[in-house]
Amino acid sequence: MYDVAIIGAGISGCLIAHRLSKYNLKVAVFEKDNDVAEGASGANSAIIHSGHDPLDNTLKARFNVEGNRMYESLCDEIGAAFKRIGALVVAVSEKEAEALDILYNRARSRDIECEMLDGKKAHEIEPNLSDDVIKALSLPTTGIVTPWEVCINAMEEAILNGVDLYLETAINNLTYDGIYHLNDIYEAKVIIDAAGVYADDIYNLLGECRYHINPRKGEYFILDHSSDKLVTKIIYPLPSEKGKGVLVVPTVHENILLGPNSDFTEKKDDLGTSEALEYVRNNVRKTVKNIDFSKVIHTYAGLRPSGDLHDFVIEEDEKYKGFIHVACIESPGLASAPAIARYVVNELVLPKFNTEVKSEYKHRKKHINMNELTLDEKNQIIHEDGDYGKIICRCEKISLGEIKDVIHRPLGAKTIKAIKRRVRPGMGACQGGFCEPLVFNILKKELNLDEKAITYDGEGSNIVSSKAKELL
Amino acid sequence: MRERELVIIGAGAAGMAAALGAYDNGIRDILLIEKEAEAGGILNQCIHNGFGLHTFKEELSGPGYAERYYTKIEDKGIDFLFNTQVIRIGEDKTVEYVNENGYDRIRAKAIVLSTGSKERTGASINLLGDRAVGVYTAGAAQKYLNMHGILVGKRVFILGSGDIGLIMARRMTLEGAKVLGVAEIMPYSNGLARNIKQCLEDFDIPLYLSHTITRVNGRPHLKSVTMSKVDENLKVIKGTEQEIECDVLLLSIGLRSDISLLDDIDIKKKRGAIVDNHYMTSKEGIFVAGNALHIHDLVDYVSQEAYDAGKYAAMYIKDHAIALNKHHASAGNGLGYVIPETFGDEDVTFSFRVNRVFKQCVIRITGDGLNKEIRKLSLIPSEMERITLKKEILKDLKGDLRIEVSEWK
Repeated sequence: MYDVAIIGAGISGCLIAHRLSKYNLKVAVFEKDNDVAEGASGANSAIIHSGHDPLDNTLKARFNVEGNRMYESLCDEIGAAFKRIGALVVAVSEKEAEALDILYNRARSRDIECEMLDGKKAHEIEPNLSDDVIKALSLPTTGIVTPWEVCINAMEEAILNGVDLYLETAINNLTYDGIYHLNDIYEAKVIIDAAGVYADDIYNLLGECRYHINPRKGEYFILDHSSDKLVTKIIYPLPSEKGKGVLVVPTVHENILLGPNSDFTEKKDDLGTSEALEYVRNNVRKTVKNIDFSKVIHTYAGLRPSGDLHDFVIEEDEKYKGFIHVACIESPGLASAPAIARYVVNELVLPKFNTEVKSEYKHRKKHINMNELTLDEKNQIIHEDGDYGKIICRCEKISLGEIKDVIHRPLGAKTIKAIKRRVRPGMGACQGGFCEPLVFNILKKELNLDEKAITYDGEGSNIVSSKAKELL
Repeated sequence: MRERELVIIGAGAAGMAAALGAYDNGIRDILLIEKEAEAGGILNQCIHNGFGLHTFKEELSGPGYAERYYTKIEDKGIDFLFNTQVIRIGEDKTVEYVNENGYDRIRAKAIVLSTGSKERTGASINLLGDRAVGVYTAGAAQKYLNMHGILVGKRVFILGSGDIGLIMARRMTLEGAKVLGVAEIMPYSNGLARNIKQCLEDFDIPLYLSHTITRVNGRPHLKSVTMSKVDENLKVIKGTEQEIECDVLLLSIGLRSDISLLDDIDIKKKRGAIVDNHYMTSKEGIFVAGNALHIHDLVDYVSQEAYDAGKYAAMYIKDHAIALNKHHASAGNGLGYVIPETFGDEDVTFSFRVNRVFKQCVIRITGDGLNKEIRKLSLIPSEMERITLKKEILKDLKGDLRIEVSEWK
């Protein structure tokens, strides 16, 4: 029997698992997809917001401010990239300039570093701001991460320290008789429901959930590296009731994200792109000019797990003892996640157990990121293993050595997409046109797989339809 | 740092021809850097016939064509570095590269960049719909099939009538797949006439002109595509949607020159690198050739043009002869682009493509002191046009030149 069963391996589930793995507890994570961070955590704006935006007296405000401050040490510990590049909230009318003052005061009251800039100063910092920008709120503590990297690395370290991760394991059956029974196979004393858009569905397996999740879809463009000078900071418009608006976001790997829109959708698996991208295209121009849409290399959609209570739900259930809701984690969920994990573990889980911190905690071996090393360091590594000198992805300059490393790690990559997310072949301008067949061959060789078993992203997404001559 | 006279990046059709051009003009210190284990570039996955009619007066396969050039280069003892990726080119013409022995740098007197092109992807045309596996660029599907023996689908639809897509329509049909059709958003084909005939018509594969794919459907794998008609402004006509069941969509929607290795260098660019009639960029000693400069219809023209680029690189190395860029050429009405953009008093060959179909038309080359008209029965965007102006005809030209195309009347 597990002490704690976490349902959902998004940012909340991964960071809670990571934190719990430091204690002498038996912990399991159940994830319906074939990798972590496949839901909202894998498709969002990738921003660690400062905490200026949520309304007073909300869990969002509390955890966002705390979470932002925890990101440096978290990412340092798990070897994930985090860059505090700062953000500007820009006003394009007198009315908006007044609204900016409210945000400024809110940020000040939360001890968030901030500065009000006039239009001239704002344009000096970001020359591609729209000419209409007359005032800007600078929020230098705003940061960026690669969200799935944070999830993957945290979960990898959790696995190293004894957490059991069950991938492709949806929880379809949950009962309680003093302990929880999952799918009639697994047992746990405590359940943490971190199932993203499906969190209410999980609780509904037990009883009637007090909140309801209505996913809100957001769609994005990604621009290639040649647009990396467009902006150096995150550019927010003034927020509205629909959210933070259409943003321009530099990424850790020097691409630019444009988006999202925000529209309710009925379907919890509706990840297709749509005409909403037109809305993004038209609205993003209000804050930033000189956007070259011919540099778009990819588009994607993500679903925010928006709840009808309009705040995060992070609490132990009143009726079912030991059932902990970590639900409705929409924006600023990514920014809040480390603080949510700390709260859930310290305040809601640990008091139930008589446990101690593990005496021996293992840190994961950090990736060798060739693009970040000096020439001498690179040559030392290649001297030891020539595979680090064999470039597989010419757009992003990724070597065979880096790809083999992520295949053979705990939480190793088993699909083309899993490799793409971990080390980026296919994330560049050719979108895998050149390197995908090479990555396919590496997977085949390293995992000794039959070609027909190799998938892009798990069951049903096989690359091979048939072998040459097979249909003849 | 070690020095080489000429470093050529990419040993495909262009890189090999450039090496020969330089060799034949007296340069011996040549290094060809190639990321793959063998020379030939994209030719190696083009196992169909049709290469080299102009150059060798016979129809060769892609690897066969590459072999002819490689043999010539081997005979001359030109140096190669295979399995080697160039990482960066510096302002001082240093070339940083990596292979299994490590990173290294060499300084070149001249560089020919012959790094080819990349295929346009679905995102570049705003292809909407599900995250469906089964959408490939035609070249990627070609690589899977011809290099790895893998067929990525059984029921195939193709968006775009570019030549690679047409070749793949025939190739996958011959492998036993059902190719359901090709949608082309333009009212004319973007592939060579012979490929329309030999790859579509001979196999009864329909070509839907003025049609595009508006949505891809299916998760995780592609199940269908939605095809719609477009009007003369290329806008989708509502109500013309039809759903076509297929398990693979190939994109053959064009190529883009890849000069990303020049990103760190301050050179003049427009749609690609801007070059003079020596194929030299605005950065002295850096030349661009082949599809890295502009997209060619036939490999023979790649070889011809790159051979000249190699020749001019040799001239530059020997005496730093720089083209006298007295004149500027501009693409007028009817032209997508013209290469080169600047030229002097030597013979000059202009390459360009028209941006729509012209019937019974005239190419006008005009400038102060030069007025030339060439009548053509038709000009189509899928074919590259090449016009050579002899120095005799250029001697009276003052100032700039304009090339434009219009109908006779």
